[in-house]
Amino acid sequence: MEELKLALKVDEKDNVATIFANGITDGTKVVIRDQKGTSCETEVIGDVPYGHKIAVCPIRKGESVIKYGESIGAASADIQEGEYVHVHNMEAMRGRGDLKGGEK
Amino acid sequence: MSVTFQGYVRSNGKVGSRNLVAVIPSVICATDVAQAVCRAVQGTVGFFHHQGCCQLPIDLKRVTDTLISLGCSPNVGAVLVVSLGCEGTDTERLVREIAETGKPVEVIRIQELGGMSRAIQKGTDLAQKLAMEISGLQRETVDISEVVMSIKCGASDTTSGMASNCVIGYAADKLVDLGATVVFGETTEFLGGEHILARRAVGGEDGPAGRRIYEIVNRMEERAKAVGEDMRGGQPTPGNIAGGLSSIEEKSLGAIVKSGHRPIQGVLEYPQMVKNEKGLWIKDAPGREPEILTGMAATGAQFMLFSTGRGAPQGFPSMPVIKICGNPNTYERMSNDMDLNAGVIISGQKSIEEVGEEAFALLIQVLNGRMTKNEAIHYTSTMDIYCLGPVI
Repeated sequence: MEELKLALKVDEKDNVATIFANGITDGTKVVIRDQKGTSCETEVIGDVPYGHKIAVCPIRKGESVIKYGESIGAASADIQEGEYVHVHNMEAMRGRGDLKGGEK
Repeated sequence: MSVTFQGYVRSNGKVGSRNLVAVIPSVICATDVAQAVCRAVQGTVGFFHHQGCCQLPIDLKRVTDTLISLGCSPNVGAVLVVSLGCEGTDTERLVREIAETGKPVEVIRIQELGGMSRAIQKGTDLAQKLAMEISGLQRETVDISEVVMSIKCGASDTTSGMASNCVIGYAADKLVDLGATVVFGETTEFLGGEHILARRAVGGEDGPAGRRIYEIVNRMEERAKAVGEDMRGGQPTPGNIAGGLSSIEEKSLGAIVKSGHRPIQGVLEYPQMVKNEKGLWIKDAPGREPEILTGMAATGAQFMLFSTGRGAPQGFPSMPVIKICGNPNTYERMSNDMDLNAGVIISGQKSIEEVGEEAFALLIQVLNGRMTKNEAIHYTSTMDIYCLGPVI
């Protein structure tokens, strides 16, 4: 039997989940599990290193990326369900001296 | 049932987990002499910072105040101050205020003694005398409420907020409930989570403590933004990003987990030592290791619980630092530097509570004198003093 590849959601409001498994490549099926133990399966888009995140639902450009039930930044591109989420398609909104007035 | 530990009771009633002679250069220019003395005399530790001259008055006061707090720390049994003679710090006040704790304090002045070799000889003689003077002190049984625990996370990845910081949060809650003091900091790593902390402050987010939390976070963020750059790459660090942390907000939300769930009593200034304050406190210090470890030792903490995911191995001269690793792969690779494996939470073998109890048992052992892994291999020189203004 294949080893279970888990992606963990910290809070029910989260739109990303963190994968704690090695060897996750484009097309790998992972099980998204939340704090209540509810599970659903999704197919990963992109190669995702250990400890990195995927979207658990579509996130449109400009929308907040949510983890711990809080905003951890904004999507800088449209993101599909299952897609790898990191600095290439989301950005921090704090400590941004490069943005005039601190906001985009 | 009362919880106790074996500590060194100082004449001012404070209790240490170590019994060290601190060799304190009052300025960076005195460091080489202080290092030579430390190499020569057993039981000494040195605070080899890079400050103390050609700084704005507010920073010179800050450096003096921080060195005083380090010297007053209960882990320090005696102090040798090494002065050059023309520094900007207030060496007389440094000596006087440490001596007020009742511990023996000596001072040497390099220019007055006629240079480095004579200062090293005199300093070595004095440090030897101090080391022998305090070496016979016996540990006594004291209540756990005498403990001041500092906490920090460094070289974090996404396991930190979901494993090792949860373990520290468990230990922090337990110590606060037992009447002890717990201090956390890393103001930069409140960005994006400050509202959660402010709401936990005594008096709520509109009370004095809550407002102060917003103030220190704003000050830190404005300082970073004033340079006109995106903070990413500096915070989160390249290592954090490689570990899966995508933004300072994500890092912060994982970092504040280590503060547990108890109310936040207030904010301590960087050099400030706790007197009789109990419960959970914030120290206003940045996240970088040398500066925050110093700030935490200045608080009077007898030890630190330090969480890591990528593998931060360093300790501090006078404060044992216990490493708790949340990443099972890192623990496997760096087990000689990591004191406790919280990666078993990620791999599903143990619960947060189980590893939290292991951390609590270990911290009592370290308070009693058990060495941490970085103490055992002298990986303990990491320190510097966080200043506000430029070098001038």
